[in-house]
Formats: sequence, C-alpha cells, structure tokens
Amino acid sequence: MKIELRLFASLSRYLPERQTGNLCAMEIPEGTSIKELLQCLAIPAAIRKIIIVNGVHAGESQTLAEGDRIGIFPPVAGG
Amino acid sequence: MDKILRIDVGAEGGPKVTMAPPGEYAGLGGRAFTSAVVSKEVPPLCHPLGANNKLVIAPGLLSGTAAAMSGRLSVGCKSPLTGGIKEANAGGQAAQVLARLGYAAIVLEGKPPVDILYKILINKDGVKVVPDNSLCMLGNYDLVEKMKAEYGDKITCISVGPAGEMKLPNSSVAITDMELRPTRHAGRGGVGAVMGSKGVKVIVLDDTGMKMRQPKDPEKFKDANKRFVDGLRKHPVTGEGLPAYGTNVLTNIINEAGAYPTKNFMWGRFDTCHKISGETQAETETARGGLATHGCHRGCVIRCSGTYMNKDGHYLTKQPEYETVWAFGGDCGIDDLDAIAMLDRLCDDYGLDTIETGVTIAVAMEAGLAKFGDAEAAINLVKEVGKGTPLGRILGSGAGIAGKIFGVERVPVVKNQALPAYDPRGVQGIGVTYATTPMGADHTAGYAIATNILKVGGFVDPLKPQGQIELSRNLQIATAAIDSTGMCLFIAFALLDQPDTFQALLDIINAFYGLTLTGDGVTDLGKKVLKMERDFNIRAGFTKAQDRLPEFFTKESLQPHNITFMVKDEELDSLFNW
Repeated sequence: MKIELRLFASLSRYLPERQTGNLCAMEIPEGTSIKELLQCLAIPAAIRKIIIVNGVHAGESQTLAEGDRIGIFPPVAGG
Repeated sequence: MDKILRIDVGAEGGPKVTMAPPGEYAGLGGRAFTSAVVSKEVPPLCHPLGANNKLVIAPGLLSGTAAAMSGRLSVGCKSPLTGGIKEANAGGQAAQVLARLGYAAIVLEGKPPVDILYKILINKDGVKVVPDNSLCMLGNYDLVEKMKAEYGDKITCISVGPAGEMKLPNSSVAITDMELRPTRHAGRGGVGAVMGSKGVKVIVLDDTGMKMRQPKDPEKFKDANKRFVDGLRKHPVTGEGLPAYGTNVLTNIINEAGAYPTKNFMWGRFDTCHKISGETQAETETARGGLATHGCHRGCVIRCSGTYMNKDGHYLTKQPEYETVWAFGGDCGIDDLDAIAMLDRLCDDYGLDTIETGVTIAVAMEAGLAKFGDAEAAINLVKEVGKGTPLGRILGSGAGIAGKIFGVERVPVVKNQALPAYDPRGVQGIGVTYATTPMGADHTAGYAIATNILKVGGFVDPLKPQGQIELSRNLQIATAAIDSTGMCLFIAFALLDQPDTFQALLDIINAFYGLTLTGDGVTDLGKKVLKMERDFNIRAGFTKAQDRLPEFFTKESLQPHNITFMVKDEELDSLFNW
C-alpha cells in the first residue's frame, strides 16, 4: 500500500529518496506498524520522536493504512 | 541594580533626571518590575500617548551576571494597541548592559510640551538627555550607524524607528544585538508609540568600565550555572534543534499538525510551506555565507538566531523568526523566503512588530488591497507604513483597526492584538492562552504548543477541549515568573523535561542573592504578577467579554481537521480561579 512519508529536521537523512518538501511516496506491506516502518528506515530507537499521522499525534504501535500521511520529527521547539 | 532611573520629559525647564533606590520594587525584575510599576503608578484610564502613561524598561534579576541566558529586557506600559497592561520582551544586549551600569530600570514619564526629539546617553559617569532633532524619522539602521559614528562601537541602543515617532499603535522598541544591529524588538502592543510620545528617539548605553554583577556565593553560583548550562546543552531542543534550525523549525510541524494559519486563518495547511521552512532557511543561509547558529545576546548558549544574506551574499537581516516567516509567509500565502526576509528588514528598520504587520497585510489581502501570495504587493504595502501615508497609517495601526476600516469580518485579534502563528482550532490550548492572558493574543504568555504539539512537559491532545485550561493556567504562571528573571523563555523547554535543570536555575538565583527560593516561590511570583496585570485591566474597563476569541473561530471549521474552537466560555472565565 502507498503512504506519504515525511522526515523532518535532522531526521531527513533517513529518507530513502527525497522528492520535494522532505516527502517520499513509499510502498509498504499491508498492516505495517509505525514501529516497523521506523526499523525499516533504520531510525535509531533512542531518538525521541514526534509522530503525526494525518494531522493527529500517533504512537509507534499504530498500524498504517492506505494513503496515510505520516510526518516524523526529532525533538523540536520554537516560539 | 541598586537604582531606578526616572526621566520626566515634561518637567518645567526640560527633562528632569532622578535616581532613587528601588524602594517598594526591591527584589523585582523584568516583567514583575514593569507590571508592578505600571499597575501602581499608571492610571488605568489614562491616554496611552499622554503624560500619565509610563514606559518602564527593566532588565531581569539575573541580567548583567555570568548566568547563561540572562539577557532579556522587559518593556512595560499601558498599551496603545490593547488599552490594557503590556509587557513586551526582547533579547539583544540592553538588559546585560543596563544591569551592569547598576540600573534596575529606566522609567520614562511625562510628555514634552513641544515637538522635540531626545537622545539619552547613559554610561558609567551618569545620564545626559540631549535634544537632537536631526534624528527625526531615521530608520533604526541609519540611526544606529549615526550613534556609532558619534559614540563609538562599544554602545548598545534602545530606539524607535519612524513608526514609533508616528505613534502608530503597532510600533516596536528596537534593541541592538552583539553586532550592533537593531534586530531584536520589544514588538507587541505598540510600546514604540509610547516611547515616541515621550519624545525619546534613542537611549545609548555604554557599560565600558563597569563589571559583571557579583554573586553573594560565587562558588555555589558557578556550580549551579555549570549544571544549568549542561542541562541546556544535553536537552535535544535547546542543545540541537534550536541552534541548528532556529524557531522556524516549527513551520513543518505546525503545518503537519494542520494548525498552520494559512491565508488569513482560512486553512490549517499551506501546501508550499517547505519552501519557507526552517530546514530550507538554514540551508539557504549557510549556502550564502550567513550563520544558521547565532546568539542574540552575550551569555546565550542556545543560539537560536542566525543571519540572512541576500542573493548576492550581502547581509539583509537577522534570521527571520518562525512568527515572522508565518505572518508574511503562510498567512499571506507567500512562499518566497527572500521576500519574507526583506519584509523582516523593513519592519526592523521602521520599528514594527512583524506578527501584527503580517496579520494586518493578510487582512488587507482579504479586503482586496492585494492578492494572497503577491510578495511584491506586500512589500509595497509595508513601505507605505514607513512613508506615513494615510494608507500606511491605517496598516501601521494593526489588524483590528485595518479590519474595521476595510469591512473585513475574519479579523484574528484578541484585545485588539493580532493572533500569532498557531490556529486555536487546531491547538485548543493556545486558544485558551490567546483569550485569557492579560496581554492580548500572545503565544509566549502561556506557550501551550509545547505540550499540545511538541510533547514537552507531557502531552495534552490539541484537538480536544479537555485539559487546556489547566495547561494554559500553569504555563501562564510559570512564564510570568521566568519573564521576571530576565532569562530567555526558551530555557523552559529544558526545564519542563528536566527537573534537575529547573533546580539548577533556582540554585543560581539563590546563590546570587543569598535566598532560599523553592519551586513554590516561583509559582507564587507568577501568580502575583498575573494578578496585578489582571487587576489593572479590570480597572482599565476590561470585562470577560475581552477574554474571548473572535466569533469566527467557533463558527467556521478549520481544515484539514474540520474543527472549531470548543473550550467553553465558562471554562475560560475559570482560568484565574486559584
């Protein structure tokens, strides 16, 4: 199934291939969890992450669905 | 910081300078100081541009010491924009220098009887108030060059540009940074107009010959400061994210969360925001020979600022902040970083708050004065403000007034101050802060984004009304206290996650002053400051009607979430019950 993956800030180095705006359209197996996706991208588990799926905060145990838009951030903040 | 410097610009025979010990204001700094003076000495019903308003400029409790992050300056008054109490906060060098010169505050009082422009010179030998009409209508950049030529390059300047001289309700007070550029602004609420109404164009500070303020217990102070700095360095936000990308790192995450106000708060996502993101900005700056990591004041270890060069590699402006990039970017539908940087430069030069200016331009676009996305038109509209044309004066008076004049319904203001870069429908907690803080729509007053979006200090779901009142209340209290220390608010990201770093800050204060302050003491201070501010606003005529978001936030759904602001009025009215 297809998903829209975006990795931001210092995580952008883990993107399989860049398109525009840190976006990579990916094919992943049905029923893949976010945790499995992170492992597949080799993003270290020790990095704290903010995960947003379709605009809503998500946990690593969540299963992804066809057409999901997922954005992953390292700890960031501003004002 | 053992004296308050009062300058009565309206005194018989010319400006009168007096110095006195802090008296009843002893032990207060920053926002606690400015709000105490304003709430005690300024009649709440006075005209903000009249003789009875006061401009209070105060460094923080730890300014001028070796404590890291201690360089924030508070500028307080009755606001010409909101009509209530105002504290505007800025970085730059002034807090450090003013504190080392021994001043707890400068208080500008009265009003000159004729049109006259003063420069105020403060160094180790004393204070001079000198008329200088040759400075009339100079932009902040030219003004600072002139002061440098007259007084050398060891100075720091606090100034108003043409906007403040014109007494526009959206005018700022500029403070120079370590490179002596007027890039840090006490921006919100029109504090520049009050300085302009008192005929003061610039305050030139020179602390040559003065020493760092010394702690009561130097050993404990040094140890606590080291632990504090270590804590800031090891937290991923203050130690990595902010130095690498600056505040504009927020563009992508707020957009992803669907809360990025786009085209005058019509939508929560801006499709081309990656062109103006913090990542793109850092890449651009570095490629052109600018800095992506840079401190705005001496003693800062976070270094979230930077410098932005134009296409030819020449300095244009400091790294625009997230709020600026959003206000002129997504809110106006503009995705051109160079245009945004130019708009930032113009605001710094004229002395305008970039948040208020960007939101005003977006309202003007909705009114049909320009098309959304037309960067050149936006630049020309802001140039009108600098010229002081009638249209310029309308736009320089802020989004609320411009919206009324052009018959626009969707005007995002609270207490007549423009909303910053987070849609309250997508982040319900910040909506509570916008509505209830005595400051008007202000994001720093209780930065719920930290916990609603960034998962700092826990997590409260941004899309539900539950938990938001308590979140905003606690943050407003903590922020009022931090604003009184003179410390940069960004330390909060580390403090909220690392209790030992918070303890290190308490230890710094206690070691410097010989106190035994605890966490409860910090909470008490925050509550006291908020209570003073709220009382002033009530006496100024504010009721709960002013503690509300504009109607459209409860009527119009925001995409992509299809959501409205859901926190109830009765709950908003309960925030200050403690």
